[in-house]
Amino acid sequence: MPLSAQPPASGQQYLLAASLDNARHLSSLLRAVHFQDHATCFATANGLRVTVEDAKCIQANAFIQAEIFQEFAVQEESVTFRINLSVLLDCLTIFGTSSLPGTSTALRMCYSGYGYPLMLFLEEGGVVTVCKINTQEPDELLDFDFCSTKVVNKIILQSEGLREAFAELDMTSEVLQITMSPDKPYFRLSTFGNAGSAHLDYPRDSDLMEAFHCNQTQTNRYKISLLKPSTKALALSCKVSVRTDAQGFLSLQYMIRNEDGQICFVEYYCCPDEDITESEL
Amino acid sequence: LSRIGDELYLEPTESGLSLRTVNSSRSAFASFLFAPLFFQRYEAGGSQPDGEHFRCKVLMKSFLGVFRSLPSLEKTVGKCLILLKPQASRLVVQLHCKYGVTKTHNLAFQECERLQAVFDTQRCASSLCAPARVLAEAVVHFPPTLAEVTLEAGPGGRISLRNYMEDEAERSKTMVTELCLAEDEFQTVAMAPGSRITFCLKEFRGLLSFAEASNLPLTIHYDVPGRPVVFSLDDAVLEVHLVLATLSDMESNLQPPKANGLSHLPAPSDDFTDDLESYMIAMESSAYEEGSGVPPSPTFPLRTPCAAESDPEEEEEEEEEGAVPGTPPHKKFRSLFFGSVLSPGGPGLAPTQEVLAEDSDGDY
Repeated sequence: MPLSAQPPASGQQYLLAASLDNARHLSSLLRAVHFQDHATCFATANGLRVTVEDAKCIQANAFIQAEIFQEFAVQEESVTFRINLSVLLDCLTIFGTSSLPGTSTALRMCYSGYGYPLMLFLEEGGVVTVCKINTQEPDELLDFDFCSTKVVNKIILQSEGLREAFAELDMTSEVLQITMSPDKPYFRLSTFGNAGSAHLDYPRDSDLMEAFHCNQTQTNRYKISLLKPSTKALALSCKVSVRTDAQGFLSLQYMIRNEDGQICFVEYYCCPDEDITESEL
Repeated sequence: LSRIGDELYLEPTESGLSLRTVNSSRSAFASFLFAPLFFQRYEAGGSQPDGEHFRCKVLMKSFLGVFRSLPSLEKTVGKCLILLKPQASRLVVQLHCKYGVTKTHNLAFQECERLQAVFDTQRCASSLCAPARVLAEAVVHFPPTLAEVTLEAGPGGRISLRNYMEDEAERSKTMVTELCLAEDEFQTVAMAPGSRITFCLKEFRGLLSFAEASNLPLTIHYDVPGRPVVFSLDDAVLEVHLVLATLSDMESNLQPPKANGLSHLPAPSDDFTDDLESYMIAMESSAYEEGSGVPPSPTFPLRTPCAAESDPEEEEEEEEEGAVPGTPPHKKFRSLFFGSVLSPGGPGLAPTQEVLAEDSDGDY
């Protein structure tokens, strides 16, 4: 049910004003990057980007394009603020998380600028809730400097094939080792846990493989605790692209289709684990 | 098997792959023997110079971790390959899944001695056989927390299952459930009249759910209280045995331990082999005595409970210092005769004892 737009107080222009008929379009995406309490929101005319980081090693970004919103207006070139993501998610799902067909929570989000709280107006079934969440100074964000020109290996997989694998990763292993190669084993995920090692191999000609562009054999290890949260994004997505650059930095990009068939993206960047030892064959 | 023990013993033989386990108090043993026909391809591999087949044991948890989610396994896995690589010290389980995906698990194993409980179903006085469903439906009436249950051949061909309580005091407070089954529910019945045994329900339930799922009839062989009860499932490609210790009973034809010349029960020690020595002596000496009762168990003292329906007889209590870990509190089960594989018809291993040794490092 579309929310009748709350008119801003006369004379006051919000720096950021957005309306969304179905708040789930935003909340489900934010959940996919919710592995830390705080997130940095970055809004431009193109849309909203929410970034979460941890340990200076991993960064997750959720992109919600302006087109997803019914209204999306940014007064300056960009608006940035830091916010408590846990609180934001709690507010967005204040009417509950179960999704009954036909009912949805409508959202209007307003931000007046530096020092002001983020205002959320949520409405479902005639009941309106107003939330004010304090904002903070945005932190400096990591720049992984990961651009498509530096990509060494890239594959695109259907998420269905990876979902179970990620959910069942041996968490007693400290690292997740990713091998990408033009030769066998093509694409291999390995863990080294208490019970022994486990390898998951995806052949290049598998039905799951949508694109396979591996030029060089690369084996990199990443801290499994950092990558495990990406399972949420994987669960929502239909396709995932896995790319590595010459330094072994990993980029995981998830294509997510929401209830209305619109496409959004979530990406995870991860640094390789510094203590690299000889990998077990 | 995981309901019983923490370690899975794998032994490939010519007659198939045997998976076995034993519980920590050595009062329950189970083995699953999969005939070569069960597999698409079965190669027992070359035997070692001493004619022995390679054996190993893995942590139950690790092995189960490979087969974590059964429903998805059924949908996605086409083939499973199990390889034992002694040189690399790895047990390799490889699952070939949908879309060409291969999951390879390299599990660390430990070499081990042969795990074998000595039992002989031929020597059991009573046996009965029923479809698993009948027993499963019977057992469902007992509370999930119930530890032991008594199976009894009552008068008039009545077969009953009753929950077991050890104390007079408890009896007035707990609910007694007794279930009677008619002989015709069983496929075969050959029960010694008035016979009764008490065994641990928890381990039995594990086997029962497997039996139900595989739709196989379950055969129960038992003898006098104190001697183990053997539950078997048999099928063209699978042979399953679950051997449980039973509570010994005052009423059984039992010689007190002292009479056997083993006047002093050695206190349970960490060194299992010591116990085994004395136990083997007891086994061999009692073998020559006709009509002797069960040999005394060196690791578990006799505890004679009050039989539920008999007149109150003196309870013989034996204080036992240092309860064996894993033994149910206040009750001591007869230990199973682990050790020498003396069962008749065994593959000619008789004179040398196949000793079941504890892990040398005592871990787990």
